[in-house]
Amino acid sequence: MNQIELNNITKRYPGCVANQSVDLKVAVGEIHALLGENGAGKSTLMKIIYGVVKPDEGAMRWQGQTVSVKGPAHARDLGIGMVFQHFSLFETLTVAENIALSLPKAESASMDLLKQRIIDVSEHYGMKLDPNRYVHTLSIGEQQRVEIVRCLLQDVKLLILDEPTSVLTPQEVETLFKTLHLLSDEGCSILFISHKLDEVRALCDHATILKSGQVSGHCVPSETTTEELARLMVGDDTPLTEDYKKAEGDEAFLSIVDLSHQSDDPFACTLKNVSFEVKAGEILGIAGVAGNGQEELLNLISGEDTSAKETVFFAKKAVGNLTPEKRRILGLGFVPEERLGRGAVPDMSLQDNGLLTGYQGELTKNGIINTGKVKAFAQNILERFNVKAAGIHAQAKSLSGGNLQKYIIGREILQDPKLLVCSHPTWGVDIGAAILIRHELIKLRDEGCAVLVVSEDIDELYSISDRICAICDGELSPVAPTHDVSINQLGMWMAGDFHALNNENEGAVK
Amino acid sequence: MDFELFTNILFATLRTGTPLILIALGEMVCEKSGVLNLGQEGMVLMGAALGFIAAVVTGHAGLGIIAAILAGMMMSVLFAFLAVTLVSNQVATGLALTIFGTGLSGFLGAGYVGMAIDGIAPFPIPLLSDIPFIGKVLFSHDPLVYLSWVMFALIFWCFRSTRLGLTIRAVGENPEAANAIGIPVMKVRYGAILFGGAMAGLAGAYLSLVYTPMWSEGMSAGRGWIALALVVFASWKAERILLGAYLFGAASIMHLVLQGLGFEASPNLLAMLPYGATIIVLVIIASDAAKAKLSTPLALGKPYRPQV
Repeated sequence: MNQIELNNITKRYPGCVANQSVDLKVAVGEIHALLGENGAGKSTLMKIIYGVVKPDEGAMRWQGQTVSVKGPAHARDLGIGMVFQHFSLFETLTVAENIALSLPKAESASMDLLKQRIIDVSEHYGMKLDPNRYVHTLSIGEQQRVEIVRCLLQDVKLLILDEPTSVLTPQEVETLFKTLHLLSDEGCSILFISHKLDEVRALCDHATILKSGQVSGHCVPSETTTEELARLMVGDDTPLTEDYKKAEGDEAFLSIVDLSHQSDDPFACTLKNVSFEVKAGEILGIAGVAGNGQEELLNLISGEDTSAKETVFFAKKAVGNLTPEKRRILGLGFVPEERLGRGAVPDMSLQDNGLLTGYQGELTKNGIINTGKVKAFAQNILERFNVKAAGIHAQAKSLSGGNLQKYIIGREILQDPKLLVCSHPTWGVDIGAAILIRHELIKLRDEGCAVLVVSEDIDELYSISDRICAICDGELSPVAPTHDVSINQLGMWMAGDFHALNNENEGAVK
Repeated sequence: MDFELFTNILFATLRTGTPLILIALGEMVCEKSGVLNLGQEGMVLMGAALGFIAAVVTGHAGLGIIAAILAGMMMSVLFAFLAVTLVSNQVATGLALTIFGTGLSGFLGAGYVGMAIDGIAPFPIPLLSDIPFIGKVLFSHDPLVYLSWVMFALIFWCFRSTRLGLTIRAVGENPEAANAIGIPVMKVRYGAILFGGAMAGLAGAYLSLVYTPMWSEGMSAGRGWIALALVVFASWKAERILLGAYLFGAASIMHLVLQGLGFEASPNLLAMLPYGATIIVLVIIASDAAKAKLSTPLALGKPYRPQV
């Protein structure tokens, strides 16, 4: 019997069709993958099942009955649980309070009973949780457990997970998969959304692949190669393989010396004695699960936050107390994680956004903007970085995530930085754009620029970094040449175990 | 200063603090749900005017109180419709509400200026009010003072240990997430705004039926604004609102007493005392930024648009 069946679902938004005539069937106890690039319509489809978004056309059958989901509350009554990519948790409440909110009143009447249930369920599924802790003190992996346990307490029959592994360390992923197998053995169906093909092949019984809002294929992942899956996702024209030569680098351009920093923000991470350097002509990758100090570190490098003068050096010049503007004059280019709001001003045109960081070059003279040059600059970015936009007058917020990211990276690269700092350069970007961005980063490196990349995408770091390290709870692991660090070891580093060294690269670290 | 004067000062302090407590508690609930309603002053004035008019027309002060509550709620429905349903800018809408309420209350009450009514009589609690000193200070008040304590206790308990309080906090922290787990965000916000309106109306009734039983234009004298500041400086905590409101009451009374005792200082300067003292004390209490952030409604003032 099918747990859920979608027929002919169509959802249109102004200017695009998010889902077109999508069919999907998930059997009882099946782990079903929904694969597709960003913008392929996976999230919209999930939101339709969960009742957050209403479809324009099509029907949904739940356990054989036609239903029209009125909203998330209705979906949960039916037995549908969802773990969003961006967690729907309340940071200032405790774990137990967060869970109580989503349970029927009768079940959350006694907090003590509920806490015991949380402990029981979380232990049964191998995901330890302390119900009394505040959510903002939990790691991302633990927060995800709260979301999952919350669904499990509601006796869920279908669990939807939207890119659950993108925020986890490799070890946490393993734990999660064990839990999911246990659940499916107990008869719970799981809908697993991802664009990580290896994981889908390891975990899922069946897969449905979406491309531009339409179903482009079905398959049994374990019997399909990763290449075939990727081909179904991206179509025929995009090259899939990348192989970049590693570089040695030259003299150190960026040096961080014994940097410790405590932020005023209670949700922020404290940096502890961080030291490393990035050489001109190399890419240094910093891995780590979000919220372990990356943001704080990058703010200190970009100058948005300042530290003691002698902790940050650009080419031996101490800059720890300088403002972002002064650091940019010294050759800094910066691509923040947040594209809308920090990387670009959402309501301003691409042309004006180009001027935002480009104003120090030839674009202005004595404070007067040279409009002709600004236009040419913006146009140049659009062409060279293959940005799909309505033109240089398009508002930044009208671009898709991938295209805006290409524009922002292009803006920084075209200013010939001596140091480029990139946070999550290809997060949420589709495969084609990601390849272009990585290619440009390598090219910039080969021109002698020092490049620092912070990312949660381990595959990407392995592919482009020359040296690699990890950050955990504000501390930096040893830095070693990428080919000397096994993925297992990097996983240990990301989890904070910095002594986990392979014998052969001990020398490289010292 | 003799003992009787001291007793009277404390007695007057509680009376003066009461309207602030009512307004600020209402606004706190509203802000906890993520809605910043700057229309307090307008709602208080409408409550005061309509409460007084109803009391004059019907000859019944109790009906005046009910009319005042309804007037506050009517004003807040208007605000809720604009700010929640139509997703307008909360700051601008709130300011407009204050200006609207100030004008409309002056217009409606124009014919009632200078009239006198009996107001609401004090209700000394039997037995308790016979206790020396304490009986006079705490238990010889009018019913609305006791009501403000009941409301304080209810709200304190609600946010401390009920699901309703949890729900309101959740909506004020992250409305998108609240919606995703099935909390009716719009309804919760409407409810919180209406509650705030009712409390502001009640405060208005206190001013025009109890505190000084009369109506004059703009008689709230900025109490709506003080209450707004009080909520922020009290870090959205009911017990600190109580403390701040009484502090303000005490300082207001002190400035009158000091003048009466012939204290040599500019009366204008002394009139600043309550504002300065309240803000300084609450700022000192709330100086732990880390803890303050935990009780701040993160989505305060941000409009929420449900997805379609």
